[in-house]
Amino acid sequence: MAETEILKTPLHALHLELGARMTPFAGYDMPLQYPSGILKEHLHTRAGAGLFDVSHMGQLSLWPKSGNIADAALALERLVPVDLLGLAEGRQRYALFTNQAGGILDDLMVTNRGDHLFLVVNAACKAADEAHLKAHLGDACEIERMADRALLALQGPAAEAVLAAMAPESAAMRFMDVRALTLAGHGCIVSRSGYTGEDGFEISVIEDAAADLARALLAHDAVAPIGLGARDSLRLEAGLCLYGSDIDTTTSPIEASLTWAIQKARRAGGAREGGFPGAARILAELEGGPARRRVGLLPEGRAPVRTHAPLFAAEADAEPVGTVTSGAFGPSLGGPMAMGYVPAGLAATGTRLFAEVRGKKLPIAVADMPFVEPNYKRG
Amino acid sequence: MLKFTEDHEWLKIEGDIATVGITEHATEQLGDLVFVELPEVGATFAKGDSAATVESVKAASDVYAPLTGEVVEANDAIVDDPSIVNADPMGEGWFFKLKLADAAAAEALLDGDGYKALIG
Repeated sequence: MAETEILKTPLHALHLELGARMTPFAGYDMPLQYPSGILKEHLHTRAGAGLFDVSHMGQLSLWPKSGNIADAALALERLVPVDLLGLAEGRQRYALFTNQAGGILDDLMVTNRGDHLFLVVNAACKAADEAHLKAHLGDACEIERMADRALLALQGPAAEAVLAAMAPESAAMRFMDVRALTLAGHGCIVSRSGYTGEDGFEISVIEDAAADLARALLAHDAVAPIGLGARDSLRLEAGLCLYGSDIDTTTSPIEASLTWAIQKARRAGGAREGGFPGAARILAELEGGPARRRVGLLPEGRAPVRTHAPLFAAEADAEPVGTVTSGAFGPSLGGPMAMGYVPAGLAATGTRLFAEVRGKKLPIAVADMPFVEPNYKRG
Repeated sequence: MLKFTEDHEWLKIEGDIATVGITEHATEQLGDLVFVELPEVGATFAKGDSAATVESVKAASDVYAPLTGEVVEANDAIVDDPSIVNADPMGEGWFFKLKLADAAAAEALLDGDGYKALIG
């Protein structure tokens, strides 16, 4: 029986050189943490600038066969409940691939690059996403897998100064702007976005230039390498979903509290109402409300409450009413935090529930997210 | 007498009282601790029972009773500040004190050299 070989990103050798403790993730050998450890890496990202290797994620380009970007946007709108026709050049938008049941196949970022759309998708879903695009958009678009590109993220309050030193025009970018920039002599596609709740940038660069660019960024005192462990605690503090944990093929965007991602044009009464998989369920839930909701959860004590912990309405109850889908200790929050699904009737902020941890029912309350204030550079 | 277990606990034994903690190797593997749950004074454990819990940012781990006994003291300082365990795992970071049911059973545990060989 042939063993599947673990994949490596272009920065693999650098991670080992930096003393990373590696872990398998989505078929890739990725850095879980560096010698600083998860706690310090997390805190550093919110104080200075953290550099993340996210090259395992998928990068795709959609080229309109007609040569008209609007046709690529309309084609992709067949698969996402998002207004892409209205996405201006040089702008990026969060999107969701939905399935016939109204659940979520993946979450992604879509950028209008003028003559094509640039997509960044999750590592675990990238093969399926590419097949999904080819099956449904093949008539209108050329789908190009950008397999020779790395993806880095530079996140934190110091990110702007670090990038401005390399490319002064980056300072003028607002949250969700995307530009072609030259960084350390390498052509890059840079978006002002990220997965941490901090200001920062995501940088796509040709794989052969990745290590050189990473070293140039790490040469700044403010920049430290950050692993997947801290990436997870940062995004959870920011209230951001992890595909496969907080959103999946059974959760609708409405249940997942991602209604904000569905612009007016795709809702009932909009210019291009529906026309995406699962529209019937999704539009019905927009109208009448979903049965359950993804909410933030704050344990009242200090014990972390983690993924799969069942949630109960009352301490004496035997039957759970919901489940925790992500949970950890928040280093910036200074305590435990979680998110999970509860019945719509128990989703109001402040609702007191109980989470089962090691056989005990611990009090936990529905809380607003993000848990930590974001620092996006809005216009 | 200082002894060790294969689960990376240490014991300082004086008479029939064992002070129990986790080793430096354990704290390096776990990373920065953010939560500690200790047993109640008076709780009794058989050797190998889960007696305490430690959590890092990402995961929880059990701390086992290295020998059968009764908890006579718990180190509340590490509940208030789990970072003490990382800072001084062999000293200030102790977890609990056990009155041993059979002090002689400690002989069979690993000594310092045996533990060093285990962690390689």
